[in-house]
Amino acid sequence: MTDEPALAARLRDRDLAAAPAALNLIENRTRAAETAELLRDLSPAALGGEPPGHVVGVTGPPGAGKSSLLSALVRAWRQAGRTVAVLAVDPSSKRSGGSLLGDRARIESDPADPGVIVRSTAAGGRLGGLAPATRAAAQTLSAAFDVVVIETVGVGQSETEVAEVADTVAVIVQPGSGDALQFIKAGIMEVPDVLVVTKADLGDVALRARRDLVSALRSLGARDTPVLAVSSVAPTTGIDELVAALAAHREGLDLPERRAEARRTSALADFVAEHGERGMRALGGRRTALRFLDEHEAGLDVATLVERLEQRAGAAQ
Amino acid sequence: MMRTYAGHSTAAKSNELYRRNLAKGQTGLSVAFDLPTQTGYDADHELARGEVGKVGVPIAHRGDMAQLMDGIPLDRMNTSMTINATAAWLLGLYVVAADEHGIDESALAGTTQNDIIKEFLARGTYAFPPGPSMRLIADMVAYTVTRIPKWNPINICSYHLQEAGATPVQEISFSLCNAIAVLDAVRERVGQELMGPVFGRISFFVNAGVRFVEEHAKLRAMGRLWEQIGRERYGVTDERHLRFRYGVQVNSLGLTEQQPENNVQRIVLEALAVTLGRSARARAIQLPAWNEALGLPRPWDQQWSLRIQQVLALETDLLEYPDIFEGSKVMDGLVDELMEGARAEMAVVAEHGGAVEAVPYMKAALVDSHRERIRRIESGEQTLVGVNRYEETEPSPLTADAEGGILVVDPETEAQQREAVAQWRASRDADAVERALAELRRVAESDENIMEATIAAARAGVTTGEWSQALRDVFGSYRAPTGVGEAASSDPAHPAELDAIREEVERVSEALGRRVKILVGKPGLDGHSNGAEQIAVRARDAGMDVVYEGIRLTPAQIAASALQEGVHVVGLSILSGSHRELIPSVIEALREVGVDAPVVVGGIIPEADVKPLKDAGVSAVYTPKDFNLSQIMRDIVGLVGEGATASA
Repeated sequence: MTDEPALAARLRDRDLAAAPAALNLIENRTRAAETAELLRDLSPAALGGEPPGHVVGVTGPPGAGKSSLLSALVRAWRQAGRTVAVLAVDPSSKRSGGSLLGDRARIESDPADPGVIVRSTAAGGRLGGLAPATRAAAQTLSAAFDVVVIETVGVGQSETEVAEVADTVAVIVQPGSGDALQFIKAGIMEVPDVLVVTKADLGDVALRARRDLVSALRSLGARDTPVLAVSSVAPTTGIDELVAALAAHREGLDLPERRAEARRTSALADFVAEHGERGMRALGGRRTALRFLDEHEAGLDVATLVERLEQRAGAAQ
Repeated sequence: MMRTYAGHSTAAKSNELYRRNLAKGQTGLSVAFDLPTQTGYDADHELARGEVGKVGVPIAHRGDMAQLMDGIPLDRMNTSMTINATAAWLLGLYVVAADEHGIDESALAGTTQNDIIKEFLARGTYAFPPGPSMRLIADMVAYTVTRIPKWNPINICSYHLQEAGATPVQEISFSLCNAIAVLDAVRERVGQELMGPVFGRISFFVNAGVRFVEEHAKLRAMGRLWEQIGRERYGVTDERHLRFRYGVQVNSLGLTEQQPENNVQRIVLEALAVTLGRSARARAIQLPAWNEALGLPRPWDQQWSLRIQQVLALETDLLEYPDIFEGSKVMDGLVDELMEGARAEMAVVAEHGGAVEAVPYMKAALVDSHRERIRRIESGEQTLVGVNRYEETEPSPLTADAEGGILVVDPETEAQQREAVAQWRASRDADAVERALAELRRVAESDENIMEATIAAARAGVTTGEWSQALRDVFGSYRAPTGVGEAASSDPAHPAELDAIREEVERVSEALGRRVKILVGKPGLDGHSNGAEQIAVRARDAGMDVVYEGIRLTPAQIAASALQEGVHVVGLSILSGSHRELIPSVIEALREVGVDAPVVVGGIIPEADVKPLKDAGVSAVYTPKDFNLSQIMRDIVGLVGEGATASA
């Protein structure tokens, strides 16, 4: 029943129609071995370089206007001929284990356009966190799509986790909500790669919010972080500038380094989730473990890195 | 005034029906438009498929309007139009139709419903974003107050809020806040000296449920609060302007598919709620037909509803006394209680920044109230005779005939209407149309009143779809909040039952390797989303991952979502009667993209349509009599479970 090699080949060939089946596989807990194979087949080591897709994290509090902004962004990317996958991570998860998805994530796109896919998943009760399969999904889809967006809800924690997966993190705030500003000042929130103030149609309020954010960033020494004001309702403004800012950030990155770093952090997190503090002690602590990972080839996939950590911990015990 | 809500198929057929009703003693017209007309699409638009002529009459241009009103004396007629997003346009067509008979617009009397906030909250036939929608309403009010002074430009509807589950307090407070939002917008367009007449032209369209004593108190409370708002907020002093004027359509939510004959006594009692006390008596009443929960009523069913009103008005002594509740301690106590609750709720809406900004809050509150109502019925706390008590029944002779006692619209209607629109476009002066549309766009972008350009466009032969598209180009499109994300999961009616379903969901999810995922979809233009919302919320409470994207989706959109989201089952809800066309299209679209997930359907679906739907590939069909959502959830998990076992 395994169709993994075929899926990997299709994604490598940028066959976007393979995406839904790949996501079904990745989310399936009983097919973890196949998922690991898929990631290995699509790892930089296997591809001979980083997957080409730009992984963009978009996060912000509920009601900040993320869905409308994403609709406008997707439209702009599509007009520029770029293919887009959106992974929407929904925080709603109740006692029942069930969740309501898509309600907030309805992103307007042409259903006949094969160049866009939107997939929503439940975070599984972790506020601001990613769904367990999101990282694997982003890595997989970045082999086939030009842009992979990870959308999460929240301010303060979510962008940290998104930053471990995304090349570029954009935090979305609406004017009048001082949260982001407070979080940045208090150091609760790390400075994002791009800050976006929505509802620019509100005029002065949006401009003031933008000014406050700029001066807060300046006081933290982050004067290069772009702060953009956009309006996603007609007539839209600032969307092209945002597209350009996201692209500029990526161009300024040492992409292989940032992604290798992210994979190492992820591998260690996965290892700890599996083997706990005891496993970590066997590795000689976090710093030693990261140093150990640094010694490995940069293009290795997460599962392989976890295996190496497990071998090392086993040898130490 | 007595009238019945009517219109179907074509302008010519509806015209026949109106003339028949007027001959029977009806004293006004109440026009029902089909969903494409209400949402601003021509019959040949993709979204119009299956909906043309279904819930009302299709009106695409001035030619259709002329035919609809043929032989009816418009200068002596009071015409109520159930039209909202496209109200300015339909009024424009009506003005042109009158003008063609040499009747000046100033002689016209009637009402355009024109209440957009309740469309966002409950009925779903919006076309433009909230801001521009409110501007169109303000334009119409400002225009009619001087040019068509006998016109009620807006009819604030609390009716649909109750249908969506509103409690009496919510019905009062949300609708009054809605009126305040409109009046505030109008105040920016007209001078204070006109605010009295403007206030006096705002009318209401309320609901009356079967708890008719409380419902009567509700109307007294609304009247008092309305007067206070007029005096205090808008400085209105003239008593005539301060009167709370309302029309009624009594409750449909409480009408049952089971033992539908019982609906007749429900309708009579609900009619009493709005007529008992003279000081809070309705000015116009529409009664639904006994078989509304089964499908579209026939002329005979409508006649029965008209006769109920005639018996009440002409045989009983109802209208002979002054206010019979004057000085009643019980009534006064009820009224005070409702006013207090409503004031508190109005303060919450005001804190959100008014009704427009509070749409997501109000929507979530309604979804929650409706969920609570269903819980009470499921648990038996609230009795519905024939539904959860006294369910046994003799066979009914009323529903025994072949069509199951409902009107069936000829499927040819849609094809004919599509062709007719194409012909209309081909036969008019194309340059004049282009000029009119360009002017319309220019005005839409400016601050000028939209009415003059709209009437000019109507005269030039522009179609409903073209008028709407021109405004969509300028205003952008919009999706209303669904309210389901915020809905609380309360204590279930039967905790053990829900636990058992959750366990089953867990078991099937384990077998699948990931959580059971369901897509709840609303194909077509039908905006009645209560059913879909309640299914979505309950599926979540049962432990499923639920994808619900709101109303008005094409089969292709639903299929694309099902594929991309990797769902295990698809639930479709449809109440407009277009299931025979749309459901098979959705299934076809799903199979085309390679989704073989089972499909279940819920809605107002006549017994005779169940088999064709199943033949088209539907696994299960649910109708209003399936009020037990737990049973539906069990079936759905069972369906997914079968698939899981089969593929393992």
